[in-house]
Amino acid sequence: MTRSLTSRRVFIQTSAAAGGGLLLSLMLPQRAGAGAAAAADISASFMPNAFIRIGRTGPITLIVHMVEMGQGTFTSLPMLIAEELEVDLAQIVVEAAPPDDKLYTNPINGMQATGTSASIRAAWEPLRQCGAIARTLLITAAAKLWRVEEHTCHAYKGSVVHSPSGRSVRYQLLVDAAAKLPVPGAVVLKARKDFKLIGTAAKRVDAKDKVLGQTVFGIDARVAGMKFAAVAICPEFGAALRPTDDSAALKVSGVRKVIQLHDAVAVVADHTGAARKGLAALQLNWDSGPNAAIDSAAIARQMALASTTGKALVANKIGDVAGARAHAVSQFEQVYELPLLAHAPMEPMNCSVHVRVDGCDIWVGTQVQTRAQAEAARITGLPLAAVKLHSLFIGGGFGRRLEIDNINLAVRIGQQVEGPVNVLWSREEDMQHDFYRPCYHNRVWVGLDSHGMPLTWQHRVTGSSVLARWDPPSFKNGLDDDAVDSAAGPPYDFPNVLLEFVRCEPPGIATGWWRGVGSTHNVFIVESVMDELALAAKIDPVEYRRRLLKGSPRALGVLEKAAMMADWGKPLPARSGRGVSVEFAFGTYVATVLQVAVTAGGEVKVEGAVCAVDCGVIVNPDTVKAQIEGGTIFGLSAALFNEITLANGRVDQSNFNDYRMLRMLEAPRVKVHLMESAEAPGGIGETGTAAVAPALINAIFAATGVRLRKLPVATHDLRAI
Amino acid sequence: MSYSINVNGADHSVEVEGDTPLLWVLRDVLGMTGTKFGCAIALCGACTVHLDGRPVRACTLPVAAAVGKRVRTIEGASSEKVSASLMAAWLELEVVQCGYCQPGQIMSASALLADKPNPSDGDIDHAMSGNICRCGTYQRIRAAIKHAATHLVTDGESSDIAIGTQ
Repeated sequence: MTRSLTSRRVFIQTSAAAGGGLLLSLMLPQRAGAGAAAAADISASFMPNAFIRIGRTGPITLIVHMVEMGQGTFTSLPMLIAEELEVDLAQIVVEAAPPDDKLYTNPINGMQATGTSASIRAAWEPLRQCGAIARTLLITAAAKLWRVEEHTCHAYKGSVVHSPSGRSVRYQLLVDAAAKLPVPGAVVLKARKDFKLIGTAAKRVDAKDKVLGQTVFGIDARVAGMKFAAVAICPEFGAALRPTDDSAALKVSGVRKVIQLHDAVAVVADHTGAARKGLAALQLNWDSGPNAAIDSAAIARQMALASTTGKALVANKIGDVAGARAHAVSQFEQVYELPLLAHAPMEPMNCSVHVRVDGCDIWVGTQVQTRAQAEAARITGLPLAAVKLHSLFIGGGFGRRLEIDNINLAVRIGQQVEGPVNVLWSREEDMQHDFYRPCYHNRVWVGLDSHGMPLTWQHRVTGSSVLARWDPPSFKNGLDDDAVDSAAGPPYDFPNVLLEFVRCEPPGIATGWWRGVGSTHNVFIVESVMDELALAAKIDPVEYRRRLLKGSPRALGVLEKAAMMADWGKPLPARSGRGVSVEFAFGTYVATVLQVAVTAGGEVKVEGAVCAVDCGVIVNPDTVKAQIEGGTIFGLSAALFNEITLANGRVDQSNFNDYRMLRMLEAPRVKVHLMESAEAPGGIGETGTAAVAPALINAIFAATGVRLRKLPVATHDLRAI
Repeated sequence: MSYSINVNGADHSVEVEGDTPLLWVLRDVLGMTGTKFGCAIALCGACTVHLDGRPVRACTLPVAAAVGKRVRTIEGASSEKVSASLMAAWLELEVVQCGYCQPGQIMSASALLADKPNPSDGDIDHAMSGNICRCGTYQRIRAAIKHAATHLVTDGESSDIAIGTQ
């Protein structure tokens, strides 16, 4: 999902040199008083940039441009500013940024989008610069006030202090003077040893409201006169609603209106209970579209065929695979398949709208604020400025809320409702109208030398391109950088690599970003193959990887640590086993060891997980740990249980009964170790998810001797014979 | 029809059909949005509230079945000792991520602790496995329940910490 995805790794390497200057130049107005953001009284505020607003009274407002969906941006991004601004988190309030690509673009994602584990990576330097610039201006203002040299003053906990005299003045009393000063061109950032806040387990600023049930998620938007709509979307992709007799719904007490759209029907009522009851009373009939015959078996056949006969484009090439293959003493060849996956966030899709002749309000939790706003403007024909987006908390994103279909549907319904309406999807609609994680068919050929080590590595990825749909300009020459991310590249030293991509779109099915994106699928392939090669070479899986990681001390570091934490090599009972994976994704290195026990009936019990993580400099270690813990569980649910299948053009799964999640009694404890590092920060939100599936499959192999090459885990293949 | 229900100690008269799930009465009629919608078929626990002290799923409980009983929701939980202690533990151990399922988690946990002040791991797993968390905060939830239980046993009254409603 990135314009500059060529690649995320390149960005990490160049960001230090570029100094984040791209973002800064966009973010910083030329005069200190001219910031953006919806200030109540801009004239009385100091806004040195689009991220800081200090009024004459009250707390300091830090504006967060990347949305909070659990990953901790509302705490960690303010920490970057607060570190340089010299304020405590207790002295600030956090405000969600309005949609504005000029001010709030995440350069890794090419727009104001929260995804690809890119919030900290992109903001690391620019937001500290924002804080430092504001601090510098406030110090200058205080020095002028006191008629002293600036270097005799310093900032401390929201005040400027004149060291020799001990005088101090709160920032709020300096805002008028500071706002008149020119913004300095360059400021010096603190050395790492001087950090007071970065690197501490600062408490989440959003936790208390969440615990008290007071947080307003998208679903919780409530305004005077609001109506509530339940929706049914055509169950086959691309089908159409037949004209429907709405009298049965209108008889339900509390139902006000039935809205028939070409692809959906909405029942509007005084409360969602009445709306759902009215919807259930309707006899809905749909005209079949072009996708009425789709089924999963056909899709699998289509993928397999494309992987052998489709056009394979070269995505990466190192050395000479064709030439070197002749020198290989043996060949390895396998196929690995991954299923379609739904996101199933706990908060089902929803959006509240109030469409008027002259304007439109939208209340929603979205990962793409500017796209959400633009979609409402497009549908209503209103100018962008007339569409006000209220960006609310997200009850689970995982990539689902990078899409705007919920906004599209809500606005079309809202156009036919007087006053505001809360449009809420059922769990079933949410699951059956997702933008699914693509299914992939992977063929891997490895030529091995006399020691059983890879001489040639060829990986052909066959599957959908999310990028081509989501951001067409980034889809260049038929290649999708995301679809092949984390495949056949670092951290391993392979002398000859051929990485290929065959685009193959499952008919009628929209595919989308899913936590871990390309890495989630490719780390599974690479780490499954590594285990198979280790077995063939009769080398311990950790030792085998170790031999290929000599050029990557950070990857080797996490591997050694995880192996030690997991007592790697220590004997286990029968039908128990450990599995390992090593991942380099989003600029972060993760090694995961999982321990499983498999019952005679084939049930897999995950007994424990350890993760060693090197994500460079850490802003908030507790949030990082939480992301790895949770990301591991998220990935385990998918690897163990989840698969979206279709029959007769319809998704088979509907709710948590047939698309089930790991529950507490099945959830292992995840122990996380964070490596000390001075490298630039890597992403973290998706890494735990991407790392866990291969560790699971490798552990199952160690426990049972059965190699699974298809997800999710097929327990019937694991029964004791 | 008009139904009178008692929520967090206050009586409310609501004009809805008797088969309306309590969830929508709370969220849409009374505007108490702390109780969440997740599945509508009692599979995920996001809508957990207490009915006369027992945990129930508001998404499948008809409002008529709540008449004459005491409903407690997350909005009223912090005034009660066990829940307040759990909330404090939730904050101490930084349980929440997206936070959407956490009201339901806390309501399930407080019903557990009211029943079993010193729960075993098995008790916790049993009581909490009806609540799904997609962010995967289970291990912190488990630890927070133990943390709160320990506090309640050792500190008694003083565990009612600074978590008053804002």
